[in-house]
Amino acid sequence: MSIHKALDKQNKISFSVDGRKFEAIEGQSIMEACDAAGVYIPRLCDVEGLVVQGSCRVCSVKVDGHVVAACTQPLTADAVIEHETPEIQGYRKDLVSMLFHEGNHLCPICEASGRCELQGMAYRLDMAEDRHYPYLQPVRPVDASHPDIALDTNRCIFCARCIRASRDVDNKAIFDYVGRGIHKRIAVDGDCLADTTAELSDAAFSREVCPVGCIIRKHEGFFAPIGERQFDPAPIGSEIEKTATQKSDPEPEGKRQ
Amino acid sequence: MSSHHPEHSEQIKRCCEQFTCDPKRMIDILWAVQSELGWISAESMQLIAEYTDTKRVQVEGVVSFYHFFKTTPQGKFVIHMCDDIIDRHQGMLAIEQSIKELLDIEPGQTTADGLFSLHRTPCIGLSDQAPAAMINEIVVTRLTPAKIKKILSTLRKHESVTALFKTDPSQAKALADEMVNAHIRRRDQVFFSDYAAEAAWQKAQAMTPAEIIKIVADSNLRGRGGAGFPVGRKWQTAASTPAPERYVICNADEGEPGTFKDRVLLSERAELLFEGMRIAGRAIGSRQGIVYLRAEYRYLLPHLEAVLHAQRTAGLLSEDVFDIRIQLGAGAYVCGEESALIASCEGRRGEPANKPPFPAQVGYLCMPTVVNNVETLCAIPKIIEQGAAWFKAIGTGQSTGTKLLSVCGDCRKPGVYEFPFGVTLREVLNAAGAEDPGAVQVGGASGVLVGVQDFDRPICFEDLPSAGAIMVFSKARNILEIVDYFMQFFIDESCGYCTPCRVGNVFLQQSLDKIRRGLGEKADLDYLKQLSQTIIQTSRCGFGHTSPNPILSSMQNFPLVYAALLKEHPDGMQAGFDLEHALNEAHEIAKRRSLIYPPPGAAHKIQDKG
Repeated sequence: MSIHKALDKQNKISFSVDGRKFEAIEGQSIMEACDAAGVYIPRLCDVEGLVVQGSCRVCSVKVDGHVVAACTQPLTADAVIEHETPEIQGYRKDLVSMLFHEGNHLCPICEASGRCELQGMAYRLDMAEDRHYPYLQPVRPVDASHPDIALDTNRCIFCARCIRASRDVDNKAIFDYVGRGIHKRIAVDGDCLADTTAELSDAAFSREVCPVGCIIRKHEGFFAPIGERQFDPAPIGSEIEKTATQKSDPEPEGKRQ
Repeated sequence: MSSHHPEHSEQIKRCCEQFTCDPKRMIDILWAVQSELGWISAESMQLIAEYTDTKRVQVEGVVSFYHFFKTTPQGKFVIHMCDDIIDRHQGMLAIEQSIKELLDIEPGQTTADGLFSLHRTPCIGLSDQAPAAMINEIVVTRLTPAKIKKILSTLRKHESVTALFKTDPSQAKALADEMVNAHIRRRDQVFFSDYAAEAAWQKAQAMTPAEIIKIVADSNLRGRGGAGFPVGRKWQTAASTPAPERYVICNADEGEPGTFKDRVLLSERAELLFEGMRIAGRAIGSRQGIVYLRAEYRYLLPHLEAVLHAQRTAGLLSEDVFDIRIQLGAGAYVCGEESALIASCEGRRGEPANKPPFPAQVGYLCMPTVVNNVETLCAIPKIIEQGAAWFKAIGTGQSTGTKLLSVCGDCRKPGVYEFPFGVTLREVLNAAGAEDPGAVQVGGASGVLVGVQDFDRPICFEDLPSAGAIMVFSKARNILEIVDYFMQFFIDESCGYCTPCRVGNVFLQQSLDKIRRGLGEKADLDYLKQLSQTIIQTSRCGFGHTSPNPILSSMQNFPLVYAALLKEHPDGMQAGFDLEHALNEAHEIAKRRSLIYPPPGAAHKIQDKG
């Protein structure tokens, strides 16, 4: 059984994205296969090194007529994936807009501006105009109790990256969700963050974990000037697309069949 | 730790130990703590976390997910008014008003003497005898202002809710019968025909598991919970997945507003259900069955436990062959989704899981698990007894057998009707004595709202599917009030895991509200359609795939209702911008009105908004 499985892992399968043909290793998710192929699928909750979550739905793609989350959906042989079609891009814009309107995202006063993945995604998806959604304007208390870290959960986009990092990497499980539906929010294991074993050196508080400005590392403020911020030189996802062009040239669609 | 009340600490320890301090039994532990202490405080959560070796925030995550768990002190008698659209139409608000006046409390509050708390809760499965309410673990039905007054005074005088009934509390079935009328209005061949107890079980014991699965597959029986997945295929997947254990779970979390047919099966056909579960257990090679019973049906728990006890005594259930335990839910509609139900059985927040893998492959405790609806499992014994061909001959090509329909609302004979699949909606309405039906919600909140033009459509998976709810609305009812109720229900019940369902449903309802206030325009209908499409396509589970249905189906079937509220604006101004409303907050902060707005004569309006 296990030998067969190991052999399976070596098996190559082919798939196509918007007409371009690629190969992947069997057992990969659509997201993993596309990353390896250099096709960047937008995402907010998924991040390397943490178990997949499948909650933001920004990585939605269409496979055989069904819209699925690329991060959790296993790739099947000969899958025909629709990625940057008007329909799928429309869904992604709607979803990113929903997150903007659900929380309080005031880019000009947020220190995450320029390295914020939500903001970066809006630029990447070319979201220049309002989607006519109402603003929900939450008023959740800010937790500044900890000497090194502050939490402004009004900026939370429910990616659960801090929950997963604290639980699976730090082995601390400082964070979890409480409540449900639109009243769901991130909470800490105690009355406030200072009551927990949180330390600035935890993986959960590294800059890579919180995609927005919800987790604030105190004392560093706007550490990079405009022009040198993470997404100033190139849009979010560019690293993945870069690896691709170096790796292999995709076969033109005409060679299929 | 020293700050804890030592007595509470002992009580909580006992509650945890009762379930071997197993965090996978968290729902049971929380129920035990709540029944000991009346509510679950942050300190209690801390202690539970310590005894079960978890974190307080995780316990809090579970507590705050289920609306029957309370995080503030409660009265001795906790009243949950059923806040369903049917109950509202039948006078729920008048009953609530009586309670508010008699007790001087608002929903969410507790009386100063600590005797009563009042809450609202979505449909409790008694729409055929509305208005209804839960009081602690019992239910009261057909409430009138006079009746609720009498109930409250009886409770004041007596120690226990059982004082409300004549039946001796030890007579579980009789007591449940005194509380609730079964209301079986039509019997057909599968569920409410004469039942030869254990005939199917005798037959199944002489068959191999593969033979049982083959009969079920050949019968084309499809799941009755809504999705209609072929039962034989689900069983086959579970049976053929290699694993040390497998589980059979009965989904008795009948949460779809307006449906109550599983309630009637649980009270009238519990033996049949357990027989069906045993057969399922034998077919897939399982030694443990679980009935996930929604908390609203807690009044049936003593009866179900008594039937299980009788079957154990008769040797039909035993730990070493196959036994059944009842897992009580705690108030969450989304737990009707099978992977969310499994999460709840494992003591977690009832959030659906990513699929694949499917529960039949990786389910309860990571083992292959068959989750079937009460009605599905109740169909099994008859199929085994009479054969696949017999079952297939009933109903339509792709919808075999009979279907239980819960009919409620504006009709003379609300109750449960057993009809062969393919029966038209009109036949059902006629049987139920619906004299002036203008709209019918078929399939509950996640179903569709149809009008007169659809009454001749057959109820079956091929045409007009229904998990069981048929809510009848007379022509006098306000369509948009009904739709708004369902959207509020979805907002309250969304687990909040994925973006489109958590946020999108709120936006849908806000837009609908704008139209209802007369501020909508034609573009709002396109907005509703487009937003609905995003929610349906990108949501993670069936909840979001169906939650826009009330809006979409009402827009399709009652376009004039919407059109009548929309305004044309030849000047190109947006009606949606309500200047008065926008200024209201500033008015409140400034404690005076704007000198410019509102225009003279409209000043009184300010107080009504916001």
